[in-house]
Amino acid sequence: MIPEPKQAASMAEIKNAVIEAEKLGLTFHTNDGPVQALANVNLSIGKGEFVSFIGPSGCGKTTLLRVIADLEKPTSGKILVNGMSAEQARARRAYGYVFQAAALLPWRTIASNVALPLEIMGVSRAEQAARIKRTLDLVNLSGFEKKYPWQLSGGMQQRASIARALAFDADLLLMDEPFGALDEIVRDHLNEQLLELWGRTEKTICFVTHSIPEAVYLSTRIVVMSPRPGRVTDIIESTLPKERPLDIRETPEFLAIAARVRDGLRAGHSYED
Amino acid sequence: MDRLRDKIIPVTTLLALLVVGWYAFAVVLNGPFQRDLDRRAGEVPGTLEFLVKTWSQPKPTLPAPHQVAQNFFKTTFTVKPWSNRSLVYHSWVTLSSTFVGFIFGAALGILIAVGIVHFASLDRSLMPWIITSQTIPILAIAPMVVVVFAAIGVTGLFPKALISTYLSFFPVAVGMVKGLRSPELMHLDLMHTYNSTRPQIFWKLRVPASIPFLFASMKVAVAASLVGAIVAELPTGAVAGIGAKLLSGSYYSQTIEMWAALVAGSLVAVVLVALVGIAGRITDRAMGGRPA
Repeated sequence: MIPEPKQAASMAEIKNAVIEAEKLGLTFHTNDGPVQALANVNLSIGKGEFVSFIGPSGCGKTTLLRVIADLEKPTSGKILVNGMSAEQARARRAYGYVFQAAALLPWRTIASNVALPLEIMGVSRAEQAARIKRTLDLVNLSGFEKKYPWQLSGGMQQRASIARALAFDADLLLMDEPFGALDEIVRDHLNEQLLELWGRTEKTICFVTHSIPEAVYLSTRIVVMSPRPGRVTDIIESTLPKERPLDIRETPEFLAIAARVRDGLRAGHSYED
Repeated sequence: MDRLRDKIIPVTTLLALLVVGWYAFAVVLNGPFQRDLDRRAGEVPGTLEFLVKTWSQPKPTLPAPHQVAQNFFKTTFTVKPWSNRSLVYHSWVTLSSTFVGFIFGAALGILIAVGIVHFASLDRSLMPWIITSQTIPILAIAPMVVVVFAAIGVTGLFPKALISTYLSFFPVAVGMVKGLRSPELMHLDLMHTYNSTRPQIFWKLRVPASIPFLFASMKVAVAASLVGAIVAELPTGAVAGIGAKLLSGSYYSQTIEMWAALVAGSLVAVVLVALVGIAGRITDRAMGGRPA
């Protein structure tokens, strides 16, 4: 895949954008007064992209993801998901959401956890079984169908929750620091698997993280954000090939992108001082 | 072996201490009357003889454990279970109204909790009344309920079960409100991303999450239900039930019989609480609970 120059990424030029945000703003009204979680966010994400949102805590990256998911309503600006409002998109089950914790229901087996969205969406029993099998295969959890969440390691639980998000075949995957709570080795492994999964399914993925190597390793585009107010300070196109072995992280190309992300984060921070 | 060391030995030690203390206390309480009797009869018993006498009075202030045990055994195993003298019969009478009252109380409690969790207006309007209802002494209200119902010709099981319901709905309502609200925000968000309807969120998330709370509150409720049934048997000279047995015992100073009825009552309570506990454990296991 040949990376496009940075300018090409600017909004309107992406045809059939999966996500379009225009002058998006969100202000929370707290007891300590209003907090501007998002200010003037302009962003367009095309089909099949893997976009990471990176920034220090409080930069609004999770809030932005939640706005896309219609878990939070913007107070200004416009957000379109699949060309419709976020609310309509949610009603049509346009996305699968992966939370920071696996958030599996403890009283359901792994298979039955994956079946949860399917039950809610009224998928037939036979179809449910087929999809459970397929998605558990996809995340390498075959054979664990009958286990309960507590019988699985943290990494396996998070994989099960990814399977659950994939089960109903939404084209968009929203992931909010899904590997943040896992140790580095498990995290590397899951990063590799996630890339492989993305390559196979051609889904569009929005991925929130605060790890620079993770963002650079996974993404086709990296959105750097900064806090107070939460805003986008830089959008970096990755020049890495689509095929990415783990040791790509030692190449000069990788390090150059990482350096640029770091600079972007630092520039954002300087506003505070 | 572990079970012997961790459970059986401590429990039996405590029980032994309790029994010894009970015998000593029986001497203290029954002593004055015994001394009085001896003086009138002109007898001067030895210490041992005196002790034995305080433990074998027909109507002692505090019956000795063996007296209670004897009476309990006699009225439980040696008489026909359906006879008026049988503790089994009286326990059954109390148990049946406890059971009916508990079922209705639990159902009412769950219903109230569902209402409170789903309608903010009910939360504000109903909760203060529910709490107020439990501040009224049951001993005051039970006779009135029983008498009022008797006046319109309703006697027997129903008024008693009503008192049980009155006592048992409260813990279940409070526990279930907490249980139905126990799902984490993340799980609620998750259901939201699926565009779930309220009934789906209720059945697939809130209800299963509330089950542990349900059983914990039902343990309290079933014991309260038994208390309600016994209290309801006290007024108007109910003819049967553990409460009636306690009342007639106090009329005729048959302290031994009263204590035997008390033992029967606590045994019934233990069985009821244990049954709820077992049901809870079976449910937990079926819901994939981690074995403790």
